[in-house]
Amino acid sequence: MVDAPTIDRKGISLDVAAFFRRYVALTALIALLAFNFAVTPHFASWQTLNVNLTQVATIVIVSVGMTLVIATGGIDLSVGSLMAISGALAPMIFLSSFGLSYPALGDALAFVVPVGVAGLFGLFNGWFITRFQVQPIVGTLVMFIAGRGIGQVLTNGNLQAFKNPTFQFIGLGRIFGVPCQVVIMLALVGAAAWTLRSTLFGRQILSVGGNERAARLSGVPVAAVKRWVYAISGLCAGIAGLVVVSINSSSDANLVGLGMELDAIAAVAVGGTPFTGGQATVVGTLIGALLIQLVRYTLLANGVPDAAALVVKGAIIAGAVWSQQRSRSA
Amino acid sequence: MADPLLVMRDINKRFQGVQALSAASLEVDPGEIMALVGQNGAGKSTMIKVLTGAYRRDSGSILFAGRPIDFASPQAAQRGGVSTIYQEINLVPFRSVAENVFLGREHRRYGLLDWGRMNAEAAELLRRFAVEIDVRRPLLEFSTAIQQMVAIARAVSFKAQLVIMDEPTSSLDEREVAVLFDVMRRLRAEGVAVIFVGHRLDELYRVCDRVTVMRDGRTVMVNRMADIGKLNLIAAMLGRDLETVRAHSTGFSAAHAAAGDVVLSAEGLQIGRKVRDARVEVRERQIVGLAGLLGSGRTEVARAIFGADPPDAGTIEMNGRPVSPQEPAEAIALGVGYCSEDRKADGIVPDMSVRENMTLGILPRLTSMGIVDEARQREIVDKFMKRLAIKASSAEQKIRELSGGNQQKVLLARWLCTDPKLLILDEPTRGIDVGAKAEIQALIRELADQGLGVLMISSELEEITEGADRVFVLSDGRTVADLSHAEASAGAIIAAMAHGGAEAPAEAGHG
Repeated sequence: MVDAPTIDRKGISLDVAAFFRRYVALTALIALLAFNFAVTPHFASWQTLNVNLTQVATIVIVSVGMTLVIATGGIDLSVGSLMAISGALAPMIFLSSFGLSYPALGDALAFVVPVGVAGLFGLFNGWFITRFQVQPIVGTLVMFIAGRGIGQVLTNGNLQAFKNPTFQFIGLGRIFGVPCQVVIMLALVGAAAWTLRSTLFGRQILSVGGNERAARLSGVPVAAVKRWVYAISGLCAGIAGLVVVSINSSSDANLVGLGMELDAIAAVAVGGTPFTGGQATVVGTLIGALLIQLVRYTLLANGVPDAAALVVKGAIIAGAVWSQQRSRSA
Repeated sequence: MADPLLVMRDINKRFQGVQALSAASLEVDPGEIMALVGQNGAGKSTMIKVLTGAYRRDSGSILFAGRPIDFASPQAAQRGGVSTIYQEINLVPFRSVAENVFLGREHRRYGLLDWGRMNAEAAELLRRFAVEIDVRRPLLEFSTAIQQMVAIARAVSFKAQLVIMDEPTSSLDEREVAVLFDVMRRLRAEGVAVIFVGHRLDELYRVCDRVTVMRDGRTVMVNRMADIGKLNLIAAMLGRDLETVRAHSTGFSAAHAAAGDVVLSAEGLQIGRKVRDARVEVRERQIVGLAGLLGSGRTEVARAIFGADPPDAGTIEMNGRPVSPQEPAEAIALGVGYCSEDRKADGIVPDMSVRENMTLGILPRLTSMGIVDEARQREIVDKFMKRLAIKASSAEQKIRELSGGNQQKVLLARWLCTDPKLLILDEPTRGIDVGAKAEIQALIRELADQGLGVLMISSELEEITEGADRVFVLSDGRTVADLSHAEASAGAIIAAMAHGGAEAPAEAGHG
């Protein structure tokens, strides 16, 4: 049905626990859709779909990298701060005198450089964690704090407002009627799911998360695998940062990506990827993010204030974790 | 003589079908230091855990100070006068020494902690063991030995009548060991009994009054330390009469073909504190046994050759070329495979399938452009599942659902499919039922006959005497004997273990 299981499921043995975990989030999503079609006015429209997908895209993009990190048994708190760095760099590039004199090159660099820099910061996270054997939550806390500072230093804490249709295509443009960031989101989800299932790197990620010592003794380059997943997480955060500033037509390093690490972790949790590592489902993460988004939309569209929506979000996470625990002991 | 302080009799304990203890017994007199020895899996720690209430016994009786007891938990045992000091000291490193001594029953005054009294009492307590330290400093500032003293002081302050020490010397240096032994003698002088679980025989001879030997869940010998020679003690632990080794009890047969070229040659290996001068050599078509008591450094040697924990000094040659693998991946590239003794911690990836587990090592070679060739993967898995007769519902079954013997076969296959030149097997048949054991042993022989060089670590003497074409004996981190198949009788190996250590005071027990 869905994705990319953690462990292959082409065989006879059906991974009941994983199936159930995915089933719960998906069932909840379908039920919620049905509820909305019945109750929420104007729900069945392209506009509603686009609004929801557009809003959820950045969370999903970041969550894809987060899923890979969590699959190795780690966690990445720095993603929101890396979004701020990437979001601060892009306008600096196309608004610079160089970017203004060579607009095509400037716009191209405004995509490539910020994402690359975010990826390098991610690589630094991985290096720091593997080189000094620090716990991932502490290791990425460094960049969580320092990263936002770097973003603010880059821009002197100023808000950068801009209007650049070429660059802003990533957040406002459409490809065959589908918002650009939604296309990017789907492409990343597909690529990550395929990577986990069919590539050497994907299998090594899961073996590192499943039993790091055994993986090392089997010749898996554990440190390199970890460095790469944090780098990928950084790249994803970099892309998400560009999408956010494009939508806003402005970049504020204080606000871009604020709290994103927790939204991404929540999506992964609701999606059914266990935090102990060794198992992961990227499509589950997509479903988890969609579920959280749709709950919030449903409540807002039916007149429940945003503050109350947060409480419901918390309840969903608790429910997801509970159902995982139950399915595991079953 | 006074009545015994502790009498454990006919203790039985089963774990999921495995008989861990069968009619085991243990008696300790007041003010006596009792050594408790045996190989891995002999039942020592199960016995201790049954005594302290960490496990429930299935049957049997425990008398302590004349009364039948049945502790519900180690805490209850502590209150009842039985304190245990574990290998890893389980105190709170960031809190002060005094706090650690009084953890859980702090002195209070007007509802507040009475620091003055606790500090004074803790200092006084430690002074009894000739330890003069500032008890207000955090525990982690002190050496392991001092931390151990604190643990002992804590035990004594519970009015312990019996203190159990589980390998207390494993992380201590010579001088610290001497201090610890002084403390143990002091405890004895005060009438406190000590059970000393240990592996270093020389240490046991220095400090213990009597020794209880366990093997396969039974108590096989109780003796005064002074009346038993080291040779007989080792023989009791390994379960061999020196003359008679049961003929052909393993799945091994003797070598058929002559050994070929040297595959591995390691000399002068030094690894941390445990290995001081180890040497091994393995040829093609040869099973080389690496024998030694627990703690003699066998596993460390294996891991050094495999690049898991590179040696501090020494040379390793593969096929005549000097190598120094710093990571397992490098050793694997040189054609080495290693099955660790701890399948669960170092071997299996529990939630992955048999297929994934088996191909973990060879996966890079089944990959083109980063994509795994699943057809070839399946082909290899099918081949080895048939060849090793692995019993699983399918290749997609999770490995954790398999029996120990089948897990071990999958891990063997993990290396066999990489077509290694040297295979290092650390306790390849531990915890495996008898049938699968003979199968695996026969398989190892077959592989060697086809040209593989095998370095096999085993605590089971039959495996070494029957299976190995050549035997190296390690004692206290040194290679003390190099025996051919014909020379490697049980007696010769035990003698090497007992007398090998050059610095060991030979037969101190007779003194």
